[in-house]
Amino acid sequence: MGNVFVLAEHRQGELRDITLEMLTKAAAVAWQTGGEVVAVLLGSGVDAFAEKLRGYADRVLYVDDPLFADYNSEKYQKALAPLIQEHKPELFMIGHTTQGVDLAPALAVELKLPFISDVIEINLVDGKLKPVRQFYQGKVNANFSFKGEPPYLLTFREASLEAGEPNKSGSIEKVASPLQEDIAYRRFVEYVAAEVGDVDITQSEILVAVGRGIKEEKNMPLIEELAKAMKADICGSRAAIDAGWLGHDRQVGTSGKTVKPKLYVAIGISGAFQHLAGMKGAKTIVAINKDPDAPIFSVADLGIVDDLFKVVPKLTEKLKELKG
Amino acid sequence: MNIFVCIKRVPDTSEAIVKVDDTGRGVDSSKFSFDINESDNYAVEEAVLLKEAKGGNVQIVCAGTQDADMMIRMALAKGCDSAIRIDDPRINEVDPLQVAKVLAAAIKGKEFDLVLTGCMASDDGNMAVGVALAEELGVPHAAMVKKVEAGDGKVKVYRELEGGISEVVEMDLPAVITIQTGINEPRYAPIKGIRLAQKKELTVLKLEDLGVAPEEVSEAASLIALENFYIPEVESKAEILEGEPEEKAALLAEKLVKGGLL
Ligand SMILES: Cc1cc2nc3c(=O)[nH]c(=O)nc-3n(C[C@H](O)[C@H](O)[C@H](O)COP(=O)(O)OP(=O)(O)OC[C@H]3O[C@@H](n4cnc5c(N)ncnc54)[C@H](O)[C@@H]3O)c2cc1C
Ligand SMILES: Nc1ncnc2c1ncn2[C@@H]1O[C@H](COP(=O)(O)O)[C@@H](O)[C@H]1O
Repeated sequence: MGNVFVLAEHRQGELRDITLEMLTKAAAVAWQTGGEVVAVLLGSGVDAFAEKLRGYADRVLYVDDPLFADYNSEKYQKALAPLIQEHKPELFMIGHTTQGVDLAPALAVELKLPFISDVIEINLVDGKLKPVRQFYQGKVNANFSFKGEPPYLLTFREASLEAGEPNKSGSIEKVASPLQEDIAYRRFVEYVAAEVGDVDITQSEILVAVGRGIKEEKNMPLIEELAKAMKADICGSRAAIDAGWLGHDRQVGTSGKTVKPKLYVAIGISGAFQHLAGMKGAKTIVAINKDPDAPIFSVADLGIVDDLFKVVPKLTEKLKELKG
Repeated sequence: MNIFVCIKRVPDTSEAIVKVDDTGRGVDSSKFSFDINESDNYAVEEAVLLKEAKGGNVQIVCAGTQDADMMIRMALAKGCDSAIRIDDPRINEVDPLQVAKVLAAAIKGKEFDLVLTGCMASDDGNMAVGVALAEELGVPHAAMVKKVEAGDGKVKVYRELEGGISEVVEMDLPAVITIQTGINEPRYAPIKGIRLAQKKELTVLKLEDLGVAPEEVSEAASLIALENFYIPEVESKAEILEGEPEEKAALLAEKLVKGGLL
């Protein structure tokens, strides 16, 4: 026994990265529990995904039904609840994504499953699963354990690890669709594309990123001056965008854009994982923050721990001087 | 429209030093400043906006100690009508499913069209209570919502997905919606509202008042356990520049220019 199940996540014809990340983690866990890795795929005409998944799983359970063309929490719950009860995996993993957080807690309540959310690591101690999750926006980690009987349910944070290479060739088993008719109380309508702005920050070579640390909109000129001296485009954390200091098209992070500039200067940004996910691929990262424990320093190459209001004007001045 | 909005009091730890306390399962919170959770603040605003557009009333639900009253009064001052605070140390706050059970008990049996929660509490970051609450109440839900269009007997919501894409979903009412930050511009409590808020009803309840067996939501009954906290080691390869602010700024400028980064 000790099987580890992973829910495959896909959207608009793409298999999401979290799926292979979870399968990679599942393989490591199953290797220790002596169980199988099983991928669960709910979709419509996504044979190509099933094919891809078998490279990472011992078995792929595939429900192929037009009713599953687009994600819908109610339908997913209707399909997964009986499947979990029938197969009784040791562990069922769902991505801690906008899809997973919309689904997993309800499933846990319905089936009364031990449930831990936003897990970043799964340790095995004396044969027991010990998930790790974070508190206080990454400032504290906590070891958790499940009580009671499996199946255990968890959501797994995106980009907690890098997906491995395919090294299995599992079987693909088509499962009869558990849905006879469409569900009426929650209906998928459409996808609406993200806003497009005047500057495409994913193409920028140099980015100055601003966060809540600048406190007020009236301090934005400080950042604009610096950006001008650096010939950089300006982007920001979600906090800066929510405050209305910048347009939505300038947001960096999981719910914004993923950028890979040559240089990224983060000013007054704490470095929440949702932000890091969008910028850690930058070639050189500079962070200016008065909190030495800010997680942004975990990805920075160069750091200044100080008050940005003292540092930034001087930096601008010096850059102007050096660049003539 | 009758709306419940769930709000939580959380510490602002963005600039704070966080230390694990002697129990190993808590942190020293004596130096933290506390306020309403960020996304809950947006949920309050959204509830008040819906009330202003459609009529009805907004009730606050909060599980917390007396320390939360100030936060609750501020939300009342913004236009919420009344509040229920569940004050019971037996509630196991570590388990979002148990918290959801408690909040559901305060709402169950009452008439409502919508329950709004924040999408995430910034202290535990579970992103779970709202969706679990919906299941406890037996109504549909949508998580991570950035736009709400309420109609007759149904609601259209825009769920914000990765990359800023929206997924538009329509649901029958009653329903639970978890609100994402940035959905609106939360107002400041008007002075007049603050005075009025003192007179609004704030009911404090124990688990027994809600018909919840304390054992059911206790740590012992939880299906998960927090074993211990630890401070994560930050693996930093960053070169930290030293000196006075001006010196550090100059050093950084030189490194950027001479290193060919600019
Ligand atoms: C589903 C979901 C999706 C999300 N998506 C994104 C996303 O795409 N992008 C994103 O960025 N966030 C996202 N977030 C939000 C994220 O969790 C954080 O809340 C956000 O990134 C915080 O922004 P911040 O770093 O600007 O603010 P804070 O976390 O408040 O940090 C402010 C920082 O400024 C520093 N500071 C303050 N004053 C000064 C000063 N005078 N000098 C120097 N430093 C100072 C502080 O030390 C602190 O580190 C998302 C959250 C959720 C729940
Ligand atoms: N103790 C509480 N009292 C009231 N609402 C809460 C409480 N805990 C969580 N919530 C609500 O549930 C949301 C999500 O919390 P969480 O699942 O802990 O991230 C919060 O934004 C609140 O709206």
